[in-house]
Amino acid sequence: MSKKVLVLGETREGALRNVTFEAIAAAKKISGGGEVVGVLIGDSVADFGAELVNYGADRVITVEHPHLKSYTSDGYGQAFMAVIDQENPEGIVFGHTAVGKDLSPKIASKLQSGLISDVTNIEGEGDDAVFVRPIYSGKAFEKVKSKEGLTFITVRPNNITPLAKEERSGDISSLSVDITNLRTIIKDVVRKSAEGVDLSEAKVIVAGGRGVKSTEGFEPLQELANLLGGAVGASRGACDADYCDYSLQIGQTGKVVTPDLYIAAGISGAIQHLAGMSNSKVIVAINKDPEANIFKVADYGIVGDLFEVIPMLTEEFKKVM
Amino acid sequence: MNIYVLVKRTFDTEEKLVISGGKIQDDGAEFIINPYDEYAIEEAITVRDEHGGEVTVITIGGEEAEKQLRTALAMGADKAVLINTEDDLEEMDEFTTSYILAEYLKDKEADLILAGNVAIDGGSGQVGPRVADLLDINYVTTITSLKIDGSTVTIVRDIEGDAEELETSLPLLVTAQQGLNEPRYPSLPGIMKAKKKPLEELELDDLDIEEDDVEAKTETIEIYLPPKKEAGRVLEGDISAQVSELVGLLRNEAKVI
Ligand SMILES: Cc1cc2nc3c(=O)[nH]c(=O)nc-3n(C[C@H](O)[C@H](O)[C@H](O)COP(=O)(O)OP(=O)(O)OC[C@H]3O[C@@H](n4cnc5c(N)ncnc54)[C@H](O)[C@@H]3O)c2cc1C
Ligand SMILES: Cc1cc2nc3c(=O)[nH]c(=O)nc-3n(C[C@H](O)[C@H](O)[C@H](O)COP(=O)(O)OP(=O)(O)OC[C@H]3O[C@@H](n4cnc5c(N)ncnc54)[C@H](O)[C@@H]3O)c2cc1C
Repeated sequence: MSKKVLVLGETREGALRNVTFEAIAAAKKISGGGEVVGVLIGDSVADFGAELVNYGADRVITVEHPHLKSYTSDGYGQAFMAVIDQENPEGIVFGHTAVGKDLSPKIASKLQSGLISDVTNIEGEGDDAVFVRPIYSGKAFEKVKSKEGLTFITVRPNNITPLAKEERSGDISSLSVDITNLRTIIKDVVRKSAEGVDLSEAKVIVAGGRGVKSTEGFEPLQELANLLGGAVGASRGACDADYCDYSLQIGQTGKVVTPDLYIAAGISGAIQHLAGMSNSKVIVAINKDPEANIFKVADYGIVGDLFEVIPMLTEEFKKVM
Repeated sequence: MNIYVLVKRTFDTEEKLVISGGKIQDDGAEFIINPYDEYAIEEAITVRDEHGGEVTVITIGGEEAEKQLRTALAMGADKAVLINTEDDLEEMDEFTTSYILAEYLKDKEADLILAGNVAIDGGSGQVGPRVADLLDINYVTTITSLKIDGSTVTIVRDIEGDAEELETSLPLLVTAQQGLNEPRYPSLPGIMKAKKKPLEELELDDLDIEEDDVEAKTETIEIYLPPKKEAGRVLEGDISAQVSELVGLLRNEAKVI
């Protein structure tokens, strides 16, 4: 049976996030030839509709309201439930992002539905779709499917290939919803994350741990990341030691990343760190200690001093790029 | 203040994982309180010590989960509840777990409910918000700071590394993120006292729940280990030779640059 599938679009720094395009591709699979409907919620989001269509949404519904400027589970919950009432979807896809993680269980609960969180791969299509998700901090995987009714998933960023962007046409309509009774008032958001490359979407990440030893120690890592068009990340150890901000933290508590290339320098490879990066396509470990756990997940390893190796790597890449 | 903490007994994922017969092998494995729930327990105790009241820890699981509940009591919780589903349920999912917890909590008039933001084994992060929705109370996830003044609650939460400051009110459910506090270790007197603290055991019948009400909405069809990665290549030779070899490998073999 072909399905109608809703996708919640998300923006960051005035642009749609890649995970939204990945969610559209996931929705296409679930729809099994049915319809994919993009949903945009905010105070001013209508302009993003056309891009959702170009990435494969058949049409787009926007819900705009001044109370939807910042995300709250009440505000977005009311908006999304209004769209559901109008559309009666058979599938829903969110990104497994701060918003997606916070909102999806609420919507699933209201619909008395199952919810398959943090999906990294989809096998099959339509009613036969089976979802792969990491469990046990990434040490194992499970294949899950919906038993009946709605198929509702969240997708881990950077794992599902988006459709190619093309000029497509599709209807963009707005739905007016009365947003009332917000129980949470956002006072302030202290931006800590660097502008530019979103860690969870970066293709290359150069990450430093306690072995980096200081804030200045991160400079050569930044230089290498810049050269490769990537971003700098960190372990909890480096954040706790104040060498860098917590917004760079990768792992179970921090960001979960799946870049093409992950370079871990001076990181021991604790399970909570691995939970955030072990799905990376290629992992390089640079560590003084040949016994360090990080070598167990690395594709390539150099046993050595990162302060020697990283600048040499930068020079070597400069030669060939 | 009437405070509840949702506690999950989890497999210690720092330990080796063995799968046989399509199941994670439990025998001899190390089990712990889900680390994020430890932050929740610590916060609950702190709030109680400041504002008065009582902390009740609840878990759904088998008989073995009593151990984790006793640990929570030893940390300083006042009462514990074990909802034992071993005999009644073969399949569970996040819907099942949340429904049962909410049925237990619905007439308890909780002021504050704390949970972990995610369980390190199941990893869905659904249970907290689902329980709050079923109870029709507000929730705030991944919190790193909690201040209660009368019925006003001021919270800082972690949103992908940014810090969001917000205000809300009781009753409320929050989920704990690392950074909220440093959980205490149970003291020896704490452990002694915990043995005498009340631990109630309930089954679905006691909550008037029929098995059909909680039938899982999703089905796990396979559990497997990631395909064994070829042992990584630790390069050899002098460092500059290793570095140029690595660049070559990343460009020509792995083709990621
Ligand atoms: C509930 C919970 C959640 C957690 N969440 C996370 C998380 O999200 N992310 C995370 O990262 N951690 C997390 N942790 C912490 C985790 O357990 C580790 O403590 C942390 O990852 C260690 O950081 P590290 O590898 O930088 O430090 P260390 O373990 O101290 O390792 C430093 C490494 O640097 C190497 N080194 C030192 N000097 C050099 C040099 N000059 N050149 C090369 N190598 C060098 C050393 O050999 C060592 O291997 C969590 C812990 C708990 C309990
Ligand atoms: C055949 C089968 C049998 C299962 N039997 C059990 C079982 O006996 N016990 C079990 O826990 N899971 C069992 N599960 C797994 C269960 O489906 C999920 O673990 C559960 O729904 C919670 O999901 P999660 O692990 O993703 O937790 P998350 O949603 O990530 O957990 C977030 C927070 O919710 C709270 N929480 C989660 N689970 C519980 C709980 N059980 N009790 C109290 N608070 C909780 C904690 O505060 C936790 O930090 C079983 C699964 C299958 C397939």
